[in-house]
Amino acid sequence: MNSVPPQQRRAWPEKLAVRIPYVWLLVFFVLPLAMLLRISLSQPARAQPPYAPVFDLTAGWHGITTFFDGLSLDNYRLLGSDPLYLVALLKSVQIAAFATLLLLLIGYPIAYGITRMPRRARAVLIALVMVPLWTAPLIRTYAWMSILRPDGSLNWLLLTLHIVATPPLWLTTDAAIYIGIVYSHLPLMVLPLYATLQKIDERLIEAAADLGCPRWRIFWQVTLPLSAPGVLAGALLCFIPAVGEFIVPDLLGSLQTPMIGQIIWNAFFANVDWPAAAAVAAALFAFLVAPLAIFLHQTMRAVERAR
Amino acid sequence: MMRKASAFNLAAVTLGLAFLYLPIAVLVIYSFNASRLVAAWGGWSTRWYAALAADAPLLEAASTSIRLALVAATSATMLGTLAALALTRVTRFRGRAMFAAMIYAPLLMPEVVTGLAMLLLFIAAAVDRGFWTIAIAHTTMAMGLVAVIVQTRLIAFDATLEEAAMDLGASPATTFRTVTLPLIAPAIAAGWMLAFALSLDDLVIASFTTGPSATTLPIRIYSEVRLGVNPEMNAVSSIMIGVVGLAVIAASLLTKFRPTGRISRL
Repeated sequence: MNSVPPQQRRAWPEKLAVRIPYVWLLVFFVLPLAMLLRISLSQPARAQPPYAPVFDLTAGWHGITTFFDGLSLDNYRLLGSDPLYLVALLKSVQIAAFATLLLLLIGYPIAYGITRMPRRARAVLIALVMVPLWTAPLIRTYAWMSILRPDGSLNWLLLTLHIVATPPLWLTTDAAIYIGIVYSHLPLMVLPLYATLQKIDERLIEAAADLGCPRWRIFWQVTLPLSAPGVLAGALLCFIPAVGEFIVPDLLGSLQTPMIGQIIWNAFFANVDWPAAAAVAAALFAFLVAPLAIFLHQTMRAVERAR
Repeated sequence: MMRKASAFNLAAVTLGLAFLYLPIAVLVIYSFNASRLVAAWGGWSTRWYAALAADAPLLEAASTSIRLALVAATSATMLGTLAALALTRVTRFRGRAMFAAMIYAPLLMPEVVTGLAMLLLFIAAAVDRGFWTIAIAHTTMAMGLVAVIVQTRLIAFDATLEEAAMDLGASPATTFRTVTLPLIAPAIAAGWMLAFALSLDDLVIASFTTGPSATTLPIRIYSEVRLGVNPEMNAVSSIMIGVVGLAVIAASLLTKFRPTGRISRL
């Protein structure tokens, strides 16, 4: 008796397993993003609801034509005409990119160090690195607020150790934003780096050493290239959410030069300008589509290979 | 065979962990500060924890957050487990790549974008925003997390165990109940706990999708801390860190130290 190939066993439970989450994600994730793109193209209407009518299928053909008639690029022209938005987007990309570089420089030695530990210690250490990721981003950032205050723990330490003579200003500076972003994303950088470093065949490194390769060159020509997938995954995992970061710049940064996440938040909560908020969010989404696609492609390939 | 850790390796790991834990330790220590002044140490005291008990709006927000996390974690676990089964056991179906992308993307997207997008949906649907709209948004975020965790488990255990059960005459339903489910149960439990933590911790998505009727604990904390550091907020933050820390430790014990059912390991 041969076993039945899996394809032929498909029954209604399998169909449901696919369809229920699929429909949920279409309705509550893909549809909202489509609406975001749609509303970012609508006229700023101050009436209630504060935007032009959305795609209304109940209105039949008329609804569809209204949908296309209402499309307008005015909100994007606003983005182009007001330097505030462009400056904020550029600042966010720059901070996210530089923070990602810092995260790589800090996260790599940590991930590498963990792979050198005894086998039993490794699982515990990587779990310890991951635990802070699950505490609220708000609380992690708030913890830094009190440390970075003018009379906070950091300045106390710097003054006590005579590293500085006068307490430097940390809050409202970009340095504070970098500290906050690096702090909150470090576990997301260490985990993929550790996962790839751990898989590297020890014999390759031994072979290089036996052939007289100096240690820095082993690292540069063997370890680092082999860990490239982890570097890419970690970098994207940190860069993508960091561009749209809100809590860190809001609590630690300055209001004068906001990041794009603060612009979206304030356009929505302070100015109640929905189309502007939607246009900025849609522009941010459009900017992140490429890095998102690369990350998803890599992840899915890795999962398919493991399956 | 394995090279030993150098002083540099040890220093990197030690400093890394210190960097991750010191800010949290400072926050927790200052929650026991008797002084109202944040900078000055006035001796040990639990007065801020006592003050929490009298803070009615905060307790109300905490109760909302806990109920919300229970609902969101449970629905996310059901949807996420289904999604993981679909991704690992149903090999080919139309839109499979799209399905996988939709599961991972919400975890990665900036929260301001997802939050605003979901709000637009709720407005267009003309529903009253509050507890249930946040629950839907948190479910959507957390189901991807559960799916990833359960999927890892489904990949790790030996699929021939399921085939063996079916060859021996078990129906797909019996196989699922008696073989698959017990093997993935630890991952499902871990996924539930992490989804609970995700919902309890969230500020941005909840702020966008809530209405006047529901204030969660992070929304309440945010409205206080944006005005400055405040010892009562240190106390409530410390409690949240404790609750989430316990859930995460339990979750990692569940996923790490349980047999995967692989024949080779028996």
